[in-house]
Amino acid sequence: MTEELHQVTLSVNGVAHEVTVPARRLLSDALRHDLGLTGTHVGCEHGVCGACTVLLDGRPTRACLMFAVTAQGAAITTVEGLAEPDGSLGPVQQAFAECHGLQCGFCTPGFLTTITAGLRDNPTPTHEEAREMVSGNLCRCTGYQNIVKAVERAAELGRTAKDAS
Amino acid sequence: MTTKLMGQKVQRTEDQRFLRGQGRYADDVAVSPDTLHCAVLRSPHAHARIVDIDVSGVLDVDGVHAVWTHDDLEGAMAEPLPLLIPHPALTEGRTQYALAKDEVNYVGEAIAFVVAADRYLAEDAVSRIEVTYDFLPPVVGIDAARAATNLVHPDVPGNVAARMEQSTGDVDAAMRKAPHTLALDLTVERSACTPLEGRGTVARWDPDTNRLQVWTSTQTSTGVRAVVAAKLGLDLGQVDVVTPDVGGGFGVKINHPWPEELLVPLAAMTLGRTVKFTEDRREHFISSAHERGQVQHIEVGFDDDGRLLALDVQFWHDHGAYIPYGLIVPIITSTQLLGPYKPRAYRVVFESLYTNTVMVTPYRGAGRPQGCYAMERTMDAIAEFLGRDRTEVRAANFIQPDEFPYDQGLIFQDGRELEYDSGDYPAMLEKAKALIGWDEFPAFRDEMAAEGRRVGIGLACYVEGTGVGPYEGAHVHIETSGKVKVATGLTTQGQGHQTVFAQLVADTLGCRFEDVEVVTGDTRRMPYAVGTFASRAAVMSGSAIHLAALRAREKVLRIAADALEAAEDDLEINDGVVSVKGAPLDGGAAIDLGTVAVLSNPLRYAFDEKSRIATQFSVGDPGKPPVADDDEPGLEGKDFYSPERATFASGMHAVIVETDPDTAEITILKYAVVHDCGRLINPMIVEGQIHGGVAQGIGGALYERMAYDESGQLLNASFMDFLMPYVTEMPDGIDIDHLETPSPLNPLGIKGAGEAGVIPSAAVFASAISDAEGFPITAMPISPSELFALRRSLVEPVETEDPS
Amino acid sequence: MKPAPFRYHRPATPAEAWETLAADPGAKVLAGGQSLVPLLSMRLASPPALVDINAVAGLDAIEIRDDGVHVGALVRHADLLASPEAGKVQPLLARALVHVAHPTIRNRGTSVGSLVHADSAAELPAVLALLGGSVVAGSVRGTRTVPAEQLFVGPLESSLRPDELALGAVFPALPEGAGVAFGEVARRHGDYALCGVAALVHGDTVKASYLSVSDVPTVVDLTGVPEEELGDVALQHLDPVGDIHATADYRAQLVRVLTKKVVRQARLDRLDDREAR
Repeated sequence: MTEELHQVTLSVNGVAHEVTVPARRLLSDALRHDLGLTGTHVGCEHGVCGACTVLLDGRPTRACLMFAVTAQGAAITTVEGLAEPDGSLGPVQQAFAECHGLQCGFCTPGFLTTITAGLRDNPTPTHEEAREMVSGNLCRCTGYQNIVKAVERAAELGRTAKDAS
Repeated sequence: MTTKLMGQKVQRTEDQRFLRGQGRYADDVAVSPDTLHCAVLRSPHAHARIVDIDVSGVLDVDGVHAVWTHDDLEGAMAEPLPLLIPHPALTEGRTQYALAKDEVNYVGEAIAFVVAADRYLAEDAVSRIEVTYDFLPPVVGIDAARAATNLVHPDVPGNVAARMEQSTGDVDAAMRKAPHTLALDLTVERSACTPLEGRGTVARWDPDTNRLQVWTSTQTSTGVRAVVAAKLGLDLGQVDVVTPDVGGGFGVKINHPWPEELLVPLAAMTLGRTVKFTEDRREHFISSAHERGQVQHIEVGFDDDGRLLALDVQFWHDHGAYIPYGLIVPIITSTQLLGPYKPRAYRVVFESLYTNTVMVTPYRGAGRPQGCYAMERTMDAIAEFLGRDRTEVRAANFIQPDEFPYDQGLIFQDGRELEYDSGDYPAMLEKAKALIGWDEFPAFRDEMAAEGRRVGIGLACYVEGTGVGPYEGAHVHIETSGKVKVATGLTTQGQGHQTVFAQLVADTLGCRFEDVEVVTGDTRRMPYAVGTFASRAAVMSGSAIHLAALRAREKVLRIAADALEAAEDDLEINDGVVSVKGAPLDGGAAIDLGTVAVLSNPLRYAFDEKSRIATQFSVGDPGKPPVADDDEPGLEGKDFYSPERATFASGMHAVIVETDPDTAEITILKYAVVHDCGRLINPMIVEGQIHGGVAQGIGGALYERMAYDESGQLLNASFMDFLMPYVTEMPDGIDIDHLETPSPLNPLGIKGAGEAGVIPSAAVFASAISDAEGFPITAMPISPSELFALRRSLVEPVETEDPS
Repeated sequence: MKPAPFRYHRPATPAEAWETLAADPGAKVLAGGQSLVPLLSMRLASPPALVDINAVAGLDAIEIRDDGVHVGALVRHADLLASPEAGKVQPLLARALVHVAHPTIRNRGTSVGSLVHADSAAELPAVLALLGGSVVAGSVRGTRTVPAEQLFVGPLESSLRPDELALGAVFPALPEGAGVAFGEVARRHGDYALCGVAALVHGDTVKASYLSVSDVPTVVDLTGVPEEELGDVALQHLDPVGDIHATADYRAQLVRVLTKKVVRQARLDRLDDREAR
């Protein structure tokens, strides 16, 4: 039996991509293997680790818990879409570099997307809110200490950027 | 004057690519519709004979390119996988086959290998393979292994792969004479490294050059290269192994070859296609490796001050169904158990046992957490018995600062004497007590008790042999652009090697940090290397890189002295420019490294401006050969570092926990670490390593375990049920203090730091929870449910209601 | 971990959805997918077809009506949690929803999907059961309302028929003068609870609903039970069992501790409410 294929338009980081995939193609696989956007990582494929988190219409969503066909029509942001238009690091990325918020870097894309949305919704998190913001993502390297610092630093950078503009 | 970078919190250069999603991990290599993907049929049974494998349902499936069982393997590929680290005591070593031959010995063992157009189709194919089994009784857990009612391997009596004994002094006599004796029975359960990226291998065969290119998520690219060549019948020179970015290792990726690390290259050669295997999470749980499971019996004799007169330890180590990595883990437990202490007499005997479970290879700490747990539980028991403060008993047993080097009289995991090089344990204890507030704790306990809250404090000490040999090497190449290309053979899994090694090169060579580019784990760039394990990368490759940079520097100075008509001793190198010391920078005689590189290599052909300057007609002395007898063209330095023995880092952790009187939930109120890894190259990175180690330690002490049922099924092979901590399970802040006692064994005075954070966790939590609860904790990890059960069994009647 | 193949349907209207369900027997409904997709990827479930309702119009509304909060089948947990109106009409919703997994899962997972998945370890089934809410289901045979006490029939088993689509759920409003509270103990923040309790106090009536300590969400009437006996009385109606995370005995202890605590909070909630007015 040949599997039925579906034509899907995936709008990723502002660019529309046409892909032809079977219905069972996970969004994470479509992004990585069909579009070559390998920044989105797959750590568990059952929705627990958060490495595959992308923004779906602005909301953090597990790409491994969605089929590409379901993402038709949605605006997707991946880690590749977080840098500034001039190519420099965005505030969350910059904060991670400054605070040593990453080691092996595998979980990092999921944290970056999650925090980007979190700080958009709450630009001045309390310390507790900063911890809560990253509470659904697993990291095996950092013990999270510097990730929480990075959330707070990113909030600071975001405020500075806003003041400057 | 260039600022020295050693000791600076330099931001990581590798972060730029990781933060942009441009890291390249194994599964990111060869992303193309032409790449084939693999899936593996794994045994659903813990112990069975394979009667028949029927692959007929797969052969005609669209998109399937190959399906192999053991019958399809030939030559060395059909033989068992290598026993990597043999040992005289390992009399019954058994290893698995790349694909199971006749029998399976754990749930997850590879039986058949499918290559298909994508992973979805490969999994479809795997589900169509039919295997007929004859069931055998499984051996699960150390008790069952010791009872030996059933055997894992019929030709291994008692399920014992190895029995090993080491001792110093006459333990029996010392025990008889000791004023006091105690006995303890302890257990530690299995856990696992669990990097967020599982295993992964990609291979491509180039028929035009007869070469095999392998990318694999490993902690040793040279090891994989050697075994791939041996197993596939290739010359070493035909095989290149590149370690791409690795999404965490923590030990599990030092074992090699995994079946897939051989089968993927074989498939690439056979099919003439690029082939990729990416392990999924369930596979990682059941077909990589675990660690930690031990049962321990300790007898100790001591005097009124708690001084160890006789320490007699027996333990049983569960190494799973096979033992490819030899006895490294139990040997480390048996030797590193001694920590900072000096018992008058010590004897340790262990048995390494087969069980029908996933095999055991080193996990960060590699046997030390278990040893530390045994020793520190013993220290607490002595203190309890004598009614002494727990820190006093420890201090009474410390090796003193003037006693280094201190020979423990045992043989360590590297086959060398267990001789500590340096340390200052009394000073460290004072720092640890101050950091956690040891002396203030009784008042805090009273305060909390008045609120109906229950708290406890614990402390644990360890010594860690780091930077074991045999060697690492480095190659430093200064290009005519002035860029400095550095290669070392060991691999990187997130430790920031690109940054710290560049710091060392910039300091040693005098170039700009930004001009240094470090490559690790690429056999094309450095074919001789060992690997990244045993907290050895900074010590071994760091030292080698320092030495290689010194070699390069020597050559730079020699050529520059010639060019500048100055004495070598009068020259200095700053920011990549060689100049005469004290001469003004502007107008003074100076030459940059790029130009020195030009001068170092007389060329025949000019292809750009720099090469035009370097042609044989413009450089050198026409009266001499263009390259002198004792010289080579090019500006390079290469060297190897091979120390006599390991260097010994040390540390002490302390924790304050709260236990809920009703729900037995355990909350960490404060966690403190004092750590001595000699001189620090980059304190930011060292602290990051400690944070991560502590997190894994907390996981291992309070959350994680491998839950096998008696039939050998792993019940929690997912992130839903294997409880790796989130941020919410971590303390809010880890207090860290450093002590720096430089190692005399290497030129930089450094010791390893990678594993330290995880070593004392089981010990320190057991100590603190015991302190809170008033009864000994003898089995780790511990969950609220288990703590509740202990209260029920040990503290009858059940606690009455709170006074409110 | 990749799903087995399946036929894929993406209806645009409820009618189209239930016609598809009728025409393709064995098809499962895909809404948020946060529970279903892992089951598919692990191949613990491999239905022949999925009916993806994410494009069905009109299922994403939260409406406040006289009888309570009406939640459409495509309302995500995060939306319900963030709805001030829903929180005002039935404060138990938000108090329970913050315990549902992690925010990222709540962004995609649907509240109604959680109900019909009928996991007795999940928060919302226990809430619906406590409040006496209901689910509205549609099929080619028409629509019907299934009250909570008839909805949960077994572990991971609802009484919806294979061809029925849950269109929405009704969580009754908090009665005047009543108080509610929710509490649970999980191994890790965001995990399924080892035990959870939702409580409702209204006049003399005290009721508690439990998760993870029985096969189906179980509501126990604790009216008139002295505080010290609440947990033990509740345990007569519950069946805590042991697993790798906790023994049955420990779960029973959590029933005692949490029942007392949560019922006390519900009583306070009632008082707070009165004071606030």
